[in-house]
Amino acid sequence: MDIVSVREAVRRHVQDGQSLYLAGFTHLIPFSFGHEIIRQELRHLTLCRATPDLVYDQMIAAGVADRVVFSYAGNPGVGLLHCFRRAAEQGLVEIDEYSHFELLGRLQAGAAGLPFWPLLAMDNDLTRQRGRPMLDSPFGPERVAVVEPLRPDVTMVHAHCADEDGNVYSWGLLGDVREAALAADKVLVSVEEILPSGTLRERRDHLLLPGFRVTTISLEPWGAHPSYVQGRYDRDQLFYLEWDRLSRDPLEAAAWLERFVIAVPDRDAYIQLWDPERLLALRRSAGHG
Amino acid sequence: MDESRRRDMAIVGARLLRDGERVLVGVGLPNLAANLAKRLQAPQLILIYESGVIDARPPRLPLSIGDPDLVRTSLCALPMMDLFSQYLQTGWIDVGFLGGAQVDRHGNLNSTVIGSYAEPEVRLAGSGGAADIASFSRRTLIVMPHERQRFPAEVDFITSPGHQDGRRRPGGPSHVITDLGLLDFDQRGEMRLIATHRGVTAEEVLDRTGFALQVSSELGEIPEPTGEELRAYQELAVRAG
Repeated sequence: MDIVSVREAVRRHVQDGQSLYLAGFTHLIPFSFGHEIIRQELRHLTLCRATPDLVYDQMIAAGVADRVVFSYAGNPGVGLLHCFRRAAEQGLVEIDEYSHFELLGRLQAGAAGLPFWPLLAMDNDLTRQRGRPMLDSPFGPERVAVVEPLRPDVTMVHAHCADEDGNVYSWGLLGDVREAALAADKVLVSVEEILPSGTLRERRDHLLLPGFRVTTISLEPWGAHPSYVQGRYDRDQLFYLEWDRLSRDPLEAAAWLERFVIAVPDRDAYIQLWDPERLLALRRSAGHG
Repeated sequence: MDESRRRDMAIVGARLLRDGERVLVGVGLPNLAANLAKRLQAPQLILIYESGVIDARPPRLPLSIGDPDLVRTSLCALPMMDLFSQYLQTGWIDVGFLGGAQVDRHGNLNSTVIGSYAEPEVRLAGSGGAADIASFSRRTLIVMPHERQRFPAEVDFITSPGHQDGRRRPGGPSHVITDLGLLDFDQRGEMRLIATHRGVTAEEVLDRTGFALQVSSELGEIPEPTGEELRAYQELAVRAG
C-alpha cells in the first residue's frame, strides 16, 4: 500500500485497454479519478459501473472508453446521459448491459472468486438477446439463471477516511462499493481525510477495506464532487441539472471538460473554480462546518 | 407534461398503496406518488429504494433515489446486493412501483431503447433494478403518461416482463396509472380501461392507445382530488423546488 497523489496512482496502475470499475451508487463516486484518467488521455478502456452517472458520461465524452458495462445509464432523477446516449446511438462505444441484480451478481462472483453467480430473475429481452445460461439445482427441482464473474483490472473508490496503514472507512449508502473493490486485484482509493496509524481502530463497524486489500491511498478532499460524502458534503443537485442541459450539445460538454478537467492540474485547482458559497452550502446541508 | 396531469397521476398512484405495505420506489412519478401516500392514508408505508435505503422519511421530495436526505432519514442503508437478493428475490417487497417509456397490452415495460436494440433510434437508461423489481415484487404498479406511441400493442424491447402466455401473473402489473385514467389486467393478462378522469371519454383513451384496448363494462370515474390530497401534493411539490 502506498500513499500517493491521484495523478501518481493513475500513472502507476492504469493502462490503455484495461477494464476499470469506478464504484459508488450515487454516493462516493470517485469523480477525481475519472477526471485524472481524462487528463492522462487513457484510451480503449472498458468502463464498468452499475450506474455510469455523470462521471462516465464525462469520460465517454472525452473519448477514453471503447466499451461500457452497466445496468442503468441515466442521470439519476433527472433524465438521460446525453454523451453516453450519443455514443451508443452512433455505435462509438460497445455496450454490455444487465439489470442491477445481474451486475451485482457478477461483482459478487468476482469478489468471492466463484465461476458464476446464481439468481432467480425472469427472462426479458436483455437476457434473451444476450443469452443467460440456466443450471439445475443439484438439491431440488429449481432451475437458476447464472451470470459470469466481473473482475475489473482496477477498481477505484472514494471514501470518508483512511489511516496511514491504508485501512479504509466509510458509511452511509455503500451500494456496490465493497463488492466492486474486492472483485478487482488493484484497488485505488481516494479519501477526504488521512488519520494517524491506529486512530480508527474503534470504528471497526465502518471499515470498508483492510489496508492489505488496498493498492494506493490518495488524500483528495472533495474527491466525489458533484456526488456526495454523507455527513461531509451533499450532492450538488444543481450540477446534475446543469450537466443535463449543457451535455445536450457536444461542444458545450467539451468546453466544460476543457475548463474543469483538462485545463486544471489537479483536484485542488478544480475546486478553486467553484463558488465558495456553493461549496459551503453543500457542507452546511450535510451537517459539516 | 402539464402540472395538473402530473398531479392527478401522483394522487391516483398514492391511493393504490395500502398502509403498512413495503413499496420499492423508482425515480420520478413513482417516487412522488409513494411519498404522497405516506403523507395521506398510508403513514406506515415503508418506502424502499433500490439504492438500498429502507424506510426513508425524506422531508423533501428526493431528486434521486440515492440522495443524502433519504439516507439521513432512513432506518438503514443496505448494500445493494443484500436488498436485491435477501429482500426482493425472497418476496419481501409488496409493491414494485415503476415508470418507463412504453407499456404494452400485457404490461411489458420498456425502458431500454426506442427502435431496435442493435441500432436504436433513442437509447434510454436501461433496466436498473426494474427487470428485477418486475420479477419479484408481489404486485407491480405502472405509471405513465397516456400517449399513443407509449402504448403500442408490443413494446420495442421488453425490459421488465409483464403478464405472459395468456395468463395473469400474480406478481405482474396490477394497474397502470395514466393522465387519462386507470387500467388493470384481466385473467388473460390483457390490459383494460376501468376508470377515467372526470371529463375524459373512453373514446379519447382509445384514440391515444396504440392497440384495441378493452373497456370495462363498469367503466368508472376517478374521484377528483380531495382538499387534503391537493394540500399534501402542494407541500411536496413546493419543497421539491
